[in-house]
Parts: sequence; C-alpha cells; structure tokens
Amino acid sequence: MRKAGSLPRLTYGSATRIFLLAAILVLPLADLSISAVHPGAEFKRLLLGILSPSFAAIELWSVVWTVAFAVLGVVVGGTAGLVLALFFDRSRLVRLTAASLRSVHELFWALFLMQITGLSPATAILAIALPYAGIFAKVFAEIFEEADKSAENVLPYRTTAISRFAFARFPVVAQQLKTYTLYRLECAMRSTLVLGFVGLPTIGFHLESYFKEAHYAEAAALLLCFYVLIGTRRLWARPWTVPLLAVASLFLLPEASGNGSAWRNIARFFGHDIIPVPLRSGSLSHGDTWAAFGSWVWRITVQQIGPGTVETLILAQIALIAAGAIALLVYPMVSRRFLGQVGHYLGRAMLVVVRSTPEYMLAYLLLQLMGPSMLPAIIALSLHNGAIIGYLLGRQADQLTLRADAPTGANLYFYQTTPTLYGQFLAYMLYRWELILRESAIFGILGIKTLGYYVDAAISELRIDTAALLLVGVAVLSMTVDAFSRHLRRRLRIEGLPVRLSADHGANSARSPAPYPAAAQVQEPVV
Amino acid sequence: MAAAITLEGLSAGYQGAPVLHDITLSVEPGERVAIIGRSGAGKSTLLNTIYRRYPQYAALIPQASSLVANLSVFHNVFMGCLDRHSTLYNLRTLIRPPTAELAAVGGVLEAVGLKEKLFAKAGELSGGQQQRTSVARAMLNGRPIVLGDEPVSALDRVQAREVLRVLCERHETKIFAMHDIRLALEHSDRIILLERGRILLDEPSSHLSYARLLPHFEGELQ
Repeated sequence: MRKAGSLPRLTYGSATRIFLLAAILVLPLADLSISAVHPGAEFKRLLLGILSPSFAAIELWSVVWTVAFAVLGVVVGGTAGLVLALFFDRSRLVRLTAASLRSVHELFWALFLMQITGLSPATAILAIALPYAGIFAKVFAEIFEEADKSAENVLPYRTTAISRFAFARFPVVAQQLKTYTLYRLECAMRSTLVLGFVGLPTIGFHLESYFKEAHYAEAAALLLCFYVLIGTRRLWARPWTVPLLAVASLFLLPEASGNGSAWRNIARFFGHDIIPVPLRSGSLSHGDTWAAFGSWVWRITVQQIGPGTVETLILAQIALIAAGAIALLVYPMVSRRFLGQVGHYLGRAMLVVVRSTPEYMLAYLLLQLMGPSMLPAIIALSLHNGAIIGYLLGRQADQLTLRADAPTGANLYFYQTTPTLYGQFLAYMLYRWELILRESAIFGILGIKTLGYYVDAAISELRIDTAALLLVGVAVLSMTVDAFSRHLRRRLRIEGLPVRLSADHGANSARSPAPYPAAAQVQEPVV
Repeated sequence: MAAAITLEGLSAGYQGAPVLHDITLSVEPGERVAIIGRSGAGKSTLLNTIYRRYPQYAALIPQASSLVANLSVFHNVFMGCLDRHSTLYNLRTLIRPPTAELAAVGGVLEAVGLKEKLFAKAGELSGGQQQRTSVARAMLNGRPIVLGDEPVSALDRVQAREVLRVLCERHETKIFAMHDIRLALEHSDRIILLERGRILLDEPSSHLSYARLLPHFEGELQ
C-alpha cells in the first residue's frame, strides 16, 4: 500500500490512458505522408508478384548462408551467454556487460564489425553472437532463478558449487534452455536475413536488389523459401541436430571478401578510428585537449543524439500504440473460443507469417512503395509486434477456464477475456516497448531521422568515433526505457507475468502469480 | 404440470472416466432440492449436466465463483443478463452503466448484503464476497431454475441462511449441491443423496434427519 503524498496509484486504466495520450500528443510531430507517385499501382505489382513467385530465381547459397550464420551465431552467443548467466546474479560487471551487448542492435554491430573484419562470415556471426550473448545471459539467468530449487536444497552439506550445478540445477532447467535456444535460432535467421541489407551475402542481400528493381516475383520466391525454413524449424533444428548443423555450417561458410589483414584492422580500429578526434592529436595531460573533447561530446549530443532520441521515441510511441490496437483486434482470430477449430488454425498461420517477416525488411519494402516518411516504419513495427502479442493473447484466451454459463462472441470478448487478460496484455506491451525502441533506432538506416540515421551517416563517412558515441546514446536510451518499463510493470503488479515468445511458459512460471484467478478445472462432461 | 427437469438413465464422465451412472431424476417446478454426498460423489457433474441440458431455463452458480477479477462487482453481476440485451447495449454498459441497470444490480446486491461494493473490483473481494457476487449474478439472471453448486460454502451460517432465503424467493425451482447436512435439511423439501455417481436415496426432507444421513459422510467433517 502506498502512503499518502506519494504518486497516485497506477491502474491498468490510467496506464493505458497515459500511453495513449502520449501517442496522440506526438502524432502531429510525425511525418505520415505518402510521397510515392503511384503507390496503388506499385502495390498491385507487388501483389501480382507474390501470386506468381518465380522459383528459378532462388539464390540457393544465400539461403544456406542465412542458416549457417544464424546457427553459428546462436552457438557462439548461446555458449557465451550460458557462461555469463552463471555469474549474472553475483557480478554487477557481468550484468552491465550483458545489458550493453544486447542494447545495441545486431545491424549496428554489423556496421561496426565491418570496419575490422570486412564483409566476412566473421562479421555476420559476431554481429549475431554479441547481442545474443547478452540476451541469452539474461534469459538463462532468469530461468535458473525461477527454477524449482527443491532438489538443490536437499543436497548433502558441503556439495561443491560445480556438483550442485551439474546435479541439481542444470538438469532441472535443461529442457527450458534447449527450447529457448532453438526458438532463438528462429530470431537469428530473421536477423541474418536483415544483415543482407547492409551487404552480407544472405537472403536479404538479394531481396534488397529485387525490391529496388521491383522484381517482386523473384523476391516472393526467396521469401517463401525463408518462411518454409522458419515454419519447419521444429523439424530440422532439434537438440541433436544442432552440433551437426554447426559443423556443416563451418564447412559451408563463404570466403571473406578482402579487407586486408584483420590484425592490422583491429590495431587501426582501436588505436585510431574509435578514439575521439580531439584526443587523437592533443596531449592527454593538457587541459585544452579535454576542453576540446568536452565540446566535441556536447556538439554531438545536442546536434545528433538529442534530435535522434526525440524522433526515435516518437516513432516507438506511435508504433507501440498501433501494435497494441492490432493485438487486441486480432487475438480472437487465433483463439478456438472465438473462431473454432479450423478458423483459429488459419488465424495462427496468418499471424505466424506476419511475425516471421523481419520488420526491417517490411519497412524497407514499404518505403520503396510509399516513399520516405515515418508511416512505413510505423506499419512495419506495429504489424510485427501486434501479430506477436495477438498470437500470445489468443493462446492465453484458450487456456482460460470459463464458467459453464460464460457469454459468447462480442460479449465474451468485452466482458470476459479482454478484461481478464488485460494485465497480461500490458505486460507484453511494456516488455515489447524496449524492443520496438531498439528497432525504431535501427530504422534510421532506412532514412528516417531516428538515432540510426546518424549512426549510419557517421560510419559511412568513417567517423567511427562519432558513431561510437552515438551508440552509447542508443544503449543508454534503450536501458532507460527498459528500466522504466520494469518499474511500471512493478507498479502495476504485473512483473511476474510471462512476456517472452518462447514455447513453454508454463514450466518456468511456477513462482509467478497466476495471470488470472485460478478456477477449478471443470472439463466438459461427456454425456 | 410438466416437470422442470427430467433425466432418464443418464451416465456421464470425463474422457473415459465415468462419474455418473444411470441417473433417473425428475424435478417439478417449485421444488427445493438439495443434492448431498461426499466430495467426488458427482454433485458438480450432475449440476453441470443439468445446466447443459436446460441452459435456456437455468441460472448457474458454479463452485468456483469464476469472476472477472478486473471488472467491477456491478459488471460481474450484470453479466447475468448479457444475453437479454444487444451487444451494443452491453458495450455501452461496460463503458457507462445506465441508471436502470445500476438500480437493478444494486437491488440484487442489497439482497445479498453487498450493496456498498457495487463499484469495487471483483478481484479485491474476499472469498465470501465473491461468492455472494456470483449468487447475485444468478439472481439478476432470474431464470426459473437455479442450479447452485455449494452456493454458500464460503459464508457463515447466518449469512448462508439469508443468502439461501433470498435466492429461493427469486427462482421458482431450486437445486443446490451441498455438503452441510444441517443446512441442506433446513433449506430443502427434498434430499437426493449421491454416492459414487449413483442416487442412493431420494426422499422428502421431512422424512430425514441429521442422524440418519450422517453415516454416509463418515470421515468427512460435518
């Protein structure tokens, strides 16, 4: 209970209204124009292309490399993440490292790594592995913490830490770790596809040129191939196939296109490029050098980080609200309760396709069709995230135990499922807020003036020091929003609800409060 | 006069596990029936089965109150008559309750002694208050048959008597599943004793006594 004089109690209703109001207030600041001359005609060509995919155009090696980079990125990132997770609750340094790694998007990592390793497999794999290590560390640490500790508690006195881990900790959560890692492989494939848009030889590389030249039939075939890979992930990515996939991937990697010696690049990168300009020449013991450094930081903060942050927040806010609206609208489509057995499978298939479509690619395509403005980015972000949240809500709606006299149709939606799931909905929304923000920053590479716009410009002008400072800004912004989102979830008392899109929520929610009042499990009697 | 409820040779179960065997039962309009028996005897299954057979004539009070925790008590009670209004009207009521509905819901809540909780969130109520909200929903529903599955199990004797009394006034035919023998004898005209899914005894309450029924509850706290 809060004392008088402190902040008013945040309720589901007031939280919703505040977020909604913020989005409405920033709406006039967003550029939502469609500047393309004939967007309708272009859309028609796109649809025709999708309906007649040209499979002969599939670049098989780009598909192989998309998978290979993803597999190796997850193997390296997962291993590093597991090691970090062991020290997560003991070391602040480890937590900070993990947070920094994951607060920088894989595309930014790729742009940076290219300065050292060029357009090579190492760039692609590390660009996945670095941020994923941070994500794995956090999620694995959470899984360990939420695990059932009853077996550990009865171990003999003075059992060593390693034995404890091997006998009573790891086996308890092994299944969850496997499930989550395999799910991450799906995300990694979306990421490697997008890496193609900055020049790495994955599916995205070809998609970019197809979209640019309006070769939609070719693009559709390549994308269809990608959806099949994602859709069949459970068949080919199993715990026992991962080592085989990893070894095969190593042998199939493409050759690096020459960028000189990596060691020389590393020396140049850390010895020169990334050091802020004012510190390169000046003497470090001299006051003027530091004054120049100060004004350099100040200039970039005011001219680039500030406006970039504002634009990023505006885009993220509008996209978040739009995603929420879409999620609430579509969740009945994946629920057996609303659409029946056949209907909900169709709805699921549709939402899975939407969420498998990388947001970055969708935004790129929409920008080609509609012309540059914030609108394509908003549509891409809200469709992707709305589909994910809607999918999760729909599944939860089917798990609710309803009274035998529960209403149906619209009454069920408004009086029963939506109010019951609303806390869960807010938990998903607040969790995805930070993800939407990270992605909003990235969309700057496409020309919207969010933080990524400035990062991309700095890198292409080889002002690596400026880019690095901008990335610090990105990281701070994303960590701040993450912390704020956590704070709100605590205030709303929904911090224990599941938020991740990985297969088994049930197993790790033992210590979380139930998202809805537990009801007696009354099955339908069979008369 | 036609019977309110007729079951003939009914058997039911959950996925291959039979719960009720060969139940033949007829209840006349106006009767007050108490279904008693040890836990697991099939009382809930029998009530749920009757509800599924006569949904257009019956209001159900399930054992778990199963309220929507995020909605107010008003809305949870109003849910008892969602089927009587258009969806549009129900949506309007969700956003801004009309005065007439407030009065109607207030009336049934007053009867169960919960008037002051009209706008409280259902999730913030105690177990007994939730149960009374669930009873109020059935009263607002107002269908001639009320099927109560332990409708007063979370209330004390005094409250339980009062709630049963107002509930009986509201509905013509009453069927309650109960485990409290005294309360069952007091508030019914007819007792049906279930044991392992079969009707063991079906007699007017006036022919029965606490002492005669008690042996069937051996091992359970009475």
